[in-house]
Amino acid sequence: MQEKRSTWRETLFRNACLVAVVIPLGLLALLIGDVVADGIGRLNGQFLSSYPSRFASRAGILPGLVGSIMLVVLTASLAIPIGVGAALYLEEYAGQETVGDSLAARAARVWDRYFATVIEINVANLAGVPSVIYGLLGLQIFVRVVGMGRSLLAGGATLALLVLPVVIIASREAIRTVPRHLREAAYGLGATRWQVSRRIVLPSAAPGILTGAILAISRAIGETAPIIVIGALTYVTFVPNNLSSEFTALPIQIFNWVSRPQEEFAVNAAAGIIVLLVTVFSLNLIAVLLRNRLERRLR
Amino acid sequence: MNKRILTIIITAIALVGFAVGCKGKDVKTISIDGSSTVFPITEAVAEEFGSSVARVTIGVSGTGGGMQKFCAAEVDITGASRPIKPTEVSACAEAGIEFIEVPVAYDGLAVVVHASNSFVDYLTVDELKRMWEPAAQRTITNWNQIRPTFPSQPLNLFGPGVDSGTYDYFTKAIVGEEHASRGDFTSSEDDNVIVQGVATDENALGFFGYAYYEANRDRLRVIPIEDGDATNGAGPIEPSPETVANSTYQPLSRPIFIYINKAAAERQEIKDFVHFYLREGRSLVREVGYIPLPDSTYDLATQRFDAGTTGSVFGGGGSRVGVSAEDLLRGN
Repeated sequence: MQEKRSTWRETLFRNACLVAVVIPLGLLALLIGDVVADGIGRLNGQFLSSYPSRFASRAGILPGLVGSIMLVVLTASLAIPIGVGAALYLEEYAGQETVGDSLAARAARVWDRYFATVIEINVANLAGVPSVIYGLLGLQIFVRVVGMGRSLLAGGATLALLVLPVVIIASREAIRTVPRHLREAAYGLGATRWQVSRRIVLPSAAPGILTGAILAISRAIGETAPIIVIGALTYVTFVPNNLSSEFTALPIQIFNWVSRPQEEFAVNAAAGIIVLLVTVFSLNLIAVLLRNRLERRLR
Repeated sequence: MNKRILTIIITAIALVGFAVGCKGKDVKTISIDGSSTVFPITEAVAEEFGSSVARVTIGVSGTGGGMQKFCAAEVDITGASRPIKPTEVSACAEAGIEFIEVPVAYDGLAVVVHASNSFVDYLTVDELKRMWEPAAQRTITNWNQIRPTFPSQPLNLFGPGVDSGTYDYFTKAIVGEEHASRGDFTSSEDDNVIVQGVATDENALGFFGYAYYEANRDRLRVIPIEDGDATNGAGPIEPSPETVANSTYQPLSRPIFIYINKAAAERQEIKDFVHFYLREGRSLVREVGYIPLPDSTYDLATQRFDAGTTGSVFGGGGSRVGVSAEDLLRGN
């Protein structure tokens, strides 16, 4: 009797889980299918290699595509080192005990812990701040005060701020999963904290950190509001060729086409969405391959 | 280990070189920002202007956002779907920015219903006001409350988002006060959503820029408007390129503008671009769905630019309804 009931529950639960998987995946498939059906016919060499135009049939995505890729690479190369550094500090350094501490060192440690808690709370809160706020911050600090202008660098720095909480949180989780005994074994052999972090903790945590990077890239590439605020363009007739260059990005082009009255622009928008999806997918694929390689090496 | 450090150093050098590399090259640039309503026209002009004289870049941060960047001297030209506001005039003055105001086209606001709606032959401004004024909220919900001869059917209203210049102008022209309307209507920042809403609801009425009606003629019916003033054409008048351009479609046609930084206007490439805009723009305006000003108005606008006349013809007082761009430029 007991066993029968649990089997019945088991089946129910499994089916409920199945429904939970099928609903979002089904909706996603529907969306992607719809976009592909609308836009695939427009996707050709001309579309990928042309600049914006008032004629839907002549318009292309080139500056947006190059801009988005450069923006994301820049964002990742700014956010990942800083984010991983912050996570390392919070997990490995802040408030860690050292043998034979003096009273002053202990007092410093208490302050350190307090400081780390404040940072932790703020990082968690930052992850929930609306992206347009980051845009305003970026406009004031990077564009105006630092004087980067409406450049790719200002865009990358703003998006890096935006994804930093994601990177920090994911990296901390990854660092926390590194078994304590690995660290202790290394310390036992006389390794310094830097050596332990560099040789033991970071390599073991790398797959988890890369997962954070994937989330960060996917978020950064889809953002429109903050880069519009800092002054990303809609019409450009050149491809950004350096970090101080003005730029545009895929979501801006797509949004512009969606809001046009003429039907043909909607088809362009659909084709633009396919390009965006493929770009996100390719960038993430690189990170996934890198992660798999690292995971294999660790075993 | 050493190899890795070497890689990092090389990458860093490459990145810095990349960043500094092309900075020395001095490319002439005309930077433009502003309203999404003006964008298609400026885009068309920039496309025809080409990039032989200077690079033209256009951003779309809205009329207000564009004005902020304009008054911070970050852009040379900004597009606006409404005249500059008093607060923006003083912000520019504080920053020492003088501007030249030039009208570039008319935009008509089309009032539309579902294609199968045959009972609305025309609407008067008063009737529209009764539909949209704040007092109508939750009380005017049926077509027969607007005119007794209309059938008893629910009245479903659609309009642009309250942050848009289109909404500002409509409320000013119909209700009499900018930004005053009922709140219980379906609004969207994306005019295509409003088109979709009206085209699929037999009881709907909505408004948006004329270009959106023109692109969806077969799905919508446009309503002629009677403004009760026979001096600008008697009887109800339907929006069309002609009625908007000759100012008989009133009060729902408005001029749209570009504002040019006076100091930037000294630069030859800016002069060339604005002249090109006001000369070649006439035919391009129609191509992207807007309505050109009369030739004489473009000539007046060019004179205004050449004379370097600064300030707003609106005196910072906001939109004026029922005044043609030509009258404004002549200072009436």
